[in-house]
Amino acid sequence: MKTIDLAESSIRELNQALHDQAVECTEREWEVLNPKGQHNIACGLDQNLSVDIHGHAGYFCAGMNKKAHVVIHGNAGQGVAENMMSGTVRVKGDASQAAGATAHGGLLVIEGNAGARCGISMKGVDIVVKGSIGHMSCFMGQSGNLVVCGDAGDALGDSMYEVHIYVKGTVKSLGADCIEKEMRPEHIEELTELLNRAGLDEDPASFKRYGSARQLYNFKVDNAGAY
Amino acid sequence: MSNDINVNPGLRESATFDRTTMAEIRRAADTGIYDIRGFGAKRKLPHFDDLLFLGASMSRYPLEGYREKCNTQVTLGTRFAKKPIVIETPVTIAGMSFGALSANAKEALGRGASMVGTSTTTGDGGMTPEERGQSSKLVYQYLPSRYGMNPDDLRKADAIEVVLGQGAKPGGGGMLLGQKITDRVAQMRTLPKGIDQRSACRHPDWTGPDDLAIKIQELREITDWQVPIYIKVGATRTYYDVKLAVKAGADVIVVDGMQGGTAATQDVFIEHVGIPTLAAIPQAVQALQEMGMHRKVQLIVSGGIRNGADVAKCMALGADAVAIGTAALVALGCNDPKYSEDYAKIGSAAGFYDDYQEGKDPAGISTQDPELAKRLDPVEGGRRLANYLRVLTLEAQTLARACGKNDLRNLEPEDLVALTVESAAMARVPLAGTSWIPGQQF
Ligand SMILES: Cc1cc2nc3c(=O)[nH]c(=O)nc-3n(C[C@H](O)[C@H](O)[C@H](O)COP(=O)(O)O)c2cc1C
Repeated sequence: MKTIDLAESSIRELNQALHDQAVECTEREWEVLNPKGQHNIACGLDQNLSVDIHGHAGYFCAGMNKKAHVVIHGNAGQGVAENMMSGTVRVKGDASQAAGATAHGGLLVIEGNAGARCGISMKGVDIVVKGSIGHMSCFMGQSGNLVVCGDAGDALGDSMYEVHIYVKGTVKSLGADCIEKEMRPEHIEELTELLNRAGLDEDPASFKRYGSARQLYNFKVDNAGAY
Repeated sequence: MSNDINVNPGLRESATFDRTTMAEIRRAADTGIYDIRGFGAKRKLPHFDDLLFLGASMSRYPLEGYREKCNTQVTLGTRFAKKPIVIETPVTIAGMSFGALSANAKEALGRGASMVGTSTTTGDGGMTPEERGQSSKLVYQYLPSRYGMNPDDLRKADAIEVVLGQGAKPGGGGMLLGQKITDRVAQMRTLPKGIDQRSACRHPDWTGPDDLAIKIQELREITDWQVPIYIKVGATRTYYDVKLAVKAGADVIVVDGMQGGTAATQDVFIEHVGIPTLAAIPQAVQALQEMGMHRKVQLIVSGGIRNGADVAKCMALGADAVAIGTAALVALGCNDPKYSEDYAKIGSAAGFYDDYQEGKDPAGISTQDPELAKRLDPVEGGRRLANYLRVLTLEAQTLARACGKNDLRNLEPEDLVALTVESAAMARVPLAGTSWIPGQQF
């Protein structure tokens, strides 16, 4: 295990050391101390590494992650795991807004709550939130799964495309073109698997499913009010 | 008003309700949808044609054409990047998406630009292997939609351009209508085939200049501080935008004036939002100068650049380079009269065609139809573009030499005068034959 203490090293040194592992992997286990809310910690990783960040992280922690497994033992700032491609990112605390924004793949688990715009424009990632999520979550979400064990804020799934959204608690309001959908056996199966991967013990049958009504996919003058 | 000599001179067309205006009212009444089109603003605007160069004579002496050197090479991204981009001519190819343009068109742009040693730019929808392969210097756009955005391509890029806006639609998002969403385009953008794709107008994971500074740091961290980072803005409050872009950490700022082309935008947006390119440049340069960053953070200007005179005028007003979109497409064959019959079949005409969004481009450029796309041979297209870029460069050099300059970037506002009061005020150069710059005290 290699330890980098951000009280002594810079973000640049940390990220360069982690990026170097993509060229030649000399150490798979990494530990980051004293993150103290600094931004851009462990972003752009491209190797099967395990990175434990002990403390709170600022913006874009684990941004654009590929292959790596990053755990934040604290809260995460804006845009955690934004545009992730693969691997996993787990936030032990809460995450700020735009968690998992535009992410194409991998798994993002937030053990606390997530702020506004969780999963905005998501493009294939799986996001599992143990707590609740804020307003405008999954706005223009394209693909992937969003699982919320708590409640969802206003305008969930506004203008979304093909994401599967599962919420256990209440949804304050649905956004344009987002509707509740039937939970069929294949959805229970999908959700069971997602909860298992996230390591959460919840009853899949207690969730409701939401998705796109697909009414805004092509411009129709009758929908003008929704645009 | 009327161009038609057969119209009875006793009939007078209204300047307010001219035939184009009335046709639009009828179109709106027929369809109930705003007009979406490509191309740039079509209205007449104060532009580079309203400026003239003062050649050298007694008080300045000119350089000899062909014999005395006039440098055109420019280095972009000298502020923070370990690997700045060196371009041999200050004319770059602007970002135009694969999706809006065919793969052949993108390849032709890459080939043409590479032949003359300049850069080309991806667009909304990501990077295609064809364009990466054919572009010796490729700028990767980082857009609000993040369609096709992936860190591998980011690391393959020679520069990254964070797009905040476009001159044709500052404050607006993108649009790619279902007709153009083929399997390949849909797959690159992770969306179902055949649906209208709306691109967001704001970035999903940051708002405001303080956030942008952190975003830029993230992009630098991911690319290990190797490549330059540009910020592209549509021209509106350019003075403030440029100051904020410098503060946010840009290496290069791209200012796109309201004449700038687009693949698909509401006509009302194209014609009524933003400021002319001419008005934007002095604002950008003033902002850079006040911050002591002129020439340190490079300025690229686009929007309605057509010839070497336009290039030279941009440079004289303080730009480090320019970008072209529409003109490059015209060089490839867009609106070419050789397709007159085909344009007529789709209700348009050579020289007027702007329905890029429909994907029926007879020239095979703004289309995803494989049969139409075949009409553009990327090798031949690349050669035509390279020729055109060479002409722009030679023309700009000719003008610079005539002004006694051995580098395009030595051109200065003092070399220019304006033909109209408006252009004098916007470009901040004197009205020809006077020392009067409207709005400035003496
Ligand atoms: C067909 C087409 C597609 C475009 N796509 C994009 C794009 O994806 N991203 C972007 O920032 N600008 C896009 N633009 C705008 C150009 O990058 C550039 O700002 C503009 O074309 C410059 O003005 P000009 O066309 O008058 O040269 C597009 C323009 C055209 C004509």
